[in-house]
Amino acid sequence: MPISNLKPLERDQFDYWKAVHLLNRAGFGGTPAQARALANMGLEEAVDYIVEYEEVAAPAVGADQFDKDIMRPANEEERMEVEQARRSGNEAALEKYRQERQMRQAEDRRQIGEMQKWWLKRMIETPRPLEEKMTLFWHGHFATGYRSIEDSYHMFQQNQFLRANATGSFAELVYGIVRDPAMLRYLNNDQNRKEKPNENLARELMELFTLGEGNLYTENDIKEGARALTGFNFEDDAFVFRPQMHDTGNKTILGQKGNWDGIDFCKIILSTRTPSEFICWKLYRYLVSDLPGDPDKDRQAFITKWARTFRDSNYQIKPLLKTLFKSDHFYDQANTAALIKNPIQLIVQAIRSLHTPARNLSALASAADLMGQNIFFPPSVKGWDGGRAWINTSTLFVRQNLLIYLLTGRRPESYEWEADGRDFDPIHLIAHLKEDAGEAAAQPTITDVVSYLLRFNLGAEPHDDRVKALVEFANANGGTVDRPMLIGLLSLIAAMPEYQLC
Amino acid sequence: MSDSQQPAFSRRIFLQHGVAFVSMAATAPLFIQNSARGIINPWAALLSSQPGVPEDHVLVVVQLGGGNDGLNTVVPYGTDAYYKARPAIAIPQPGKTQGNQQGALKLDEKAGIGLHPNLSGLKELFDEGVASIIQGVGYPNPNRSHFTSMDIWHTADTGAHGHGWIGRYFDCTCNGTPEPEGEIAIGRDSPLAMQGQIQKPISFESPELFRWLGDDLSKDGALKQPYQDINRAGQLQGVDENSQLGFLTRTALDAQLASDRIRAAVAKRPLVQYPNSQLARQLQMVGAMIRDGMKTRVYYVSMGGFDTHANQVGSHANLMRQLGDALNAFHKDLKEQGNSGRVLTMCFSEFGRRVAQNASGGTDHGTAAPMYLMGDMVRPGLLGNMPSLSDLDQGDLKFNVDFRSVYAAVLEDWMGAPSDKVLGANFKKAKIMKA
Repeated sequence: MPISNLKPLERDQFDYWKAVHLLNRAGFGGTPAQARALANMGLEEAVDYIVEYEEVAAPAVGADQFDKDIMRPANEEERMEVEQARRSGNEAALEKYRQERQMRQAEDRRQIGEMQKWWLKRMIETPRPLEEKMTLFWHGHFATGYRSIEDSYHMFQQNQFLRANATGSFAELVYGIVRDPAMLRYLNNDQNRKEKPNENLARELMELFTLGEGNLYTENDIKEGARALTGFNFEDDAFVFRPQMHDTGNKTILGQKGNWDGIDFCKIILSTRTPSEFICWKLYRYLVSDLPGDPDKDRQAFITKWARTFRDSNYQIKPLLKTLFKSDHFYDQANTAALIKNPIQLIVQAIRSLHTPARNLSALASAADLMGQNIFFPPSVKGWDGGRAWINTSTLFVRQNLLIYLLTGRRPESYEWEADGRDFDPIHLIAHLKEDAGEAAAQPTITDVVSYLLRFNLGAEPHDDRVKALVEFANANGGTVDRPMLIGLLSLIAAMPEYQLC
Repeated sequence: MSDSQQPAFSRRIFLQHGVAFVSMAATAPLFIQNSARGIINPWAALLSSQPGVPEDHVLVVVQLGGGNDGLNTVVPYGTDAYYKARPAIAIPQPGKTQGNQQGALKLDEKAGIGLHPNLSGLKELFDEGVASIIQGVGYPNPNRSHFTSMDIWHTADTGAHGHGWIGRYFDCTCNGTPEPEGEIAIGRDSPLAMQGQIQKPISFESPELFRWLGDDLSKDGALKQPYQDINRAGQLQGVDENSQLGFLTRTALDAQLASDRIRAAVAKRPLVQYPNSQLARQLQMVGAMIRDGMKTRVYYVSMGGFDTHANQVGSHANLMRQLGDALNAFHKDLKEQGNSGRVLTMCFSEFGRRVAQNASGGTDHGTAAPMYLMGDMVRPGLLGNMPSLSDLDQGDLKFNVDFRSVYAAVLEDWMGAPSDKVLGANFKKAKIMKA
C-alpha cells in the first residue's frame, strides 16, 4: 500500500530503477544511459533537473513554418464583394468565392496535419520532456478540437500558450484559456452576448476545467457566469473584449455579488478549495494511478494533502510536481508499472527509451489516431477518458503492431504507413551489462539479458514465467545475443499485456 | 512439460480445434471462461432466442462519405426545375439519353421519380419489395462542413457533441459491461457512431491486420508460438484480476479470440459472387460474419468519394454502379443464407448537394438527401415526399424527415431499445418497417 502522506523517498532508495520510473512518468522514458545519469544525480537534483527545465535550452519552435493567414477572416472589402455578388445574383463570382474557401479549408486541414507531426517530433526530441508531457495534459484538460473551429493557427497558438504555462500557475492557465481564440470559438463564446447569453463556456469552465461535475456550483451559477463572460471575443488571432456585448449588471456567482467580468468569474472559482482538489485528482490519474473508480483511502489521503499544498502555493504547478516526484508514494510498488500508457506515451516512450528511428511522423500520428488519441482532435471538450478506455481488442493490435513498425521499419500493409529501411540497433540497450560485469567477466548470460530487457521495458521486476518464456525462445533460436535476437525479444516484450503499462 | 505450461497448452489445443471446453473450464479463472464463451460459442445465443426476439436482429450501416448527390441518385425526372437547375449534369428522363448519359430507371411514374441508371442493382431489390428510399432526410440548421455534419449524424446531436448513437445503444442495453463482439466496423477509422462510454467497436480495415504482424517477421514462425503463449496464457500467477494488468490480460485474450473468429469467418467463400469494389469487399466480409453466426448486432461499412465538386457525371456514375451492385450482391448472399429477414441495412450520407450545378460541372455541399434501407422487414418503396425543388432555403432542399426519427424507428422496432434513452430526446418514429 502506498503511504498516505507526502513524506519524501529516502535518499538512498533512489536508484537506477527509480530513475527509470521517474523518466517514464515525468516524461516519455529515456535510454539506459539517461536513466543512469539521472540516478547518479540523486533524488533531489534529478527531480529539480526535470522540473526546472527552463535551465535546459529549449528546442526551436519553428512557428515560422506555419501560415497564420490560411483561415484569415475576410476583410471589409472582401465581404462587400461577396455581398455585392450575392445581391446581383452573380453566380459565377459566388462560385469562385466558394471554391476559394474550399481550397483554403483543404490547405488548412493539411496544415493541422503538419502541426501534429511538428508536436510529435518535439515530444520525441525535446530535452525538456516534462514540458511536453504537461502540455499534452493541458491539451486533454482544456480540450479544444480542430474539427469545430477549422483554424489550424488558432490550435497552434493555443498549444503554445499551454506550453508556456504548462508548469507555471494554474490560475494563469484559467485566465488565459477564457481569452484564447480557439477556446472562445470552440465553446461558442464568440456568440455570448448580453441579449442572448451562451452558457457553453461558463458551464465547461466550472464542470470540466476547475470544479468538476456537480461540485459546488448550481445551474444558476452557470447562468450568472455566462453573463460575466459576455463580450469575451476574438478578432483574427487575438482576444478582444467587446463592451457593447458585455452585460454590466450585477451577477451572483458562488454566492458573491458584483459587476463581474470573465476574469472575476475565474477568480471567484479559484478562491475556493475545490479546483485544487479537482486538478490534483486529475493529475494523479495522469501521473500516478489511473485505476477505475474512486481512489482508495490511502490514495485519497495523499491527494487531499497534496491538493492543500497546491491551494496554499496559489496554484503553482512546479512545487506541486516536485513534491510528487520526490514522494515515497510516487515510487511505491503499487504505483509502478501500473498506469496505462496513452497512445502518445506508448509511441514516444518506445522511441525515446529504445532509441528506435522515429520512422515516419505521419504514420505515427495516424497510429495514435487509430489507438484513439488524435492530437488536436480530442473527441469532445471532455478530452480523452484515459485509463482503460484506451484499450480494446482493436487498439491492442494497433499498439502491438506499431511497436513492430518502430523496431523493424516493416510496413504493415494497408495501414498506409511507409516502409522505413532504417535499421534499429538495440545493442546499446545492453552495452552496460557487460561493463557492469567487468572486463574480466564472461559475456552476460541470456538470462541476464532477458531479465534486464524485461525490467527496463516493463518498468517492474519481471514475472518468472516471462523470463522463462523468453529464455526458451532465445535458446531455441541459437542463443546468440545479436541484433536479430534482440529485436525478436523486444517484439515479444512489446506484445506483452504488461507492456501497455508504465 | 512443467505444470506452469499446462494451462496454456490445453487452451491452445482448444482454440485450434474448437473442442475441449471442459478442460479449459477446469483450469481457467472464471472471467476467462466468460470472455471465451462469449466469443467462441456464438451459436448459444442464436439457438436460445425465439424467432422475432430482437437478439438475432442485425443492423448494417453503410456510410456514403463526402455528401452523396441525392438528386442524381433518386431522380425527380418529372420536375422541370430539376432540369433547369442542372442543365449539364441532370439524369435524362426514362428512355431518353443525353450524350452517353442514359435515362433514369422508373420508380414511381406518377410522381416522376426514378433512380440513377447505374442503380439497376438497387432497382432489382425495389422490384422484389425488399428495399425502400426515405426521401428528404435531414436535420434543422444544416451544417455544410463534412466533419461537423458527419459528427451530427454519428452523435444524433445537432451540436455534434457526445458519444455515438450506436455506442449509446449498447451502453443503454449492456448492463455495464461491454459486449466483446457487439459491434464491428470495417474500415480505416473507427466510426464515432460506435463509440459509447462503455462500448467500443472492434474495427479493422482488413482481417489480415486484425492480428499481430510480428508473425511475419520470421519465415519459420519462430515468434508465433511464444507470442501466442504470452497472449493466451491468461492471468499470471499472483496478479490481481482487478488491477490494470488483469484488465489488459483479459483484453489481450479477447483480442486473440476475436481475431481467430473473424479471420476464420471471412476466409470462407461466399455463397454468391460479389463485384470487385471496396464496398462489395466490406459487405462480403459482413455477410461472412453473419453467416458464421457471430453475435455481432451492428456492422458498419463505408464508402467514400461522394464529394463531387467537379465533373461529377462520370465519377458519380461509377459510385452509383458500385453502390447498387454491392447492395444487390449482399442481399442475394443474405437471402441464400436465409438471413435476409434478420438483417436490416441502412445507407446514409452526411448531406446531399445543392440543387443547382456549379460552374465546374459538379455540385457543392447541400442539405437534405434520401436514405436507403434494405431487408425483408422494410416497408418497401418510396417513403415520404420528395422535397420541393422550387421552395428552397438559399438554394438548398428543405428536409422533411429528421434522420433521428429514422434512428428512433430502427432502435425501437428493430433493435428493441428505448429510443428516447439512446437519443436523449423523443423523436417520432418514421414508418419504415412492415406492419
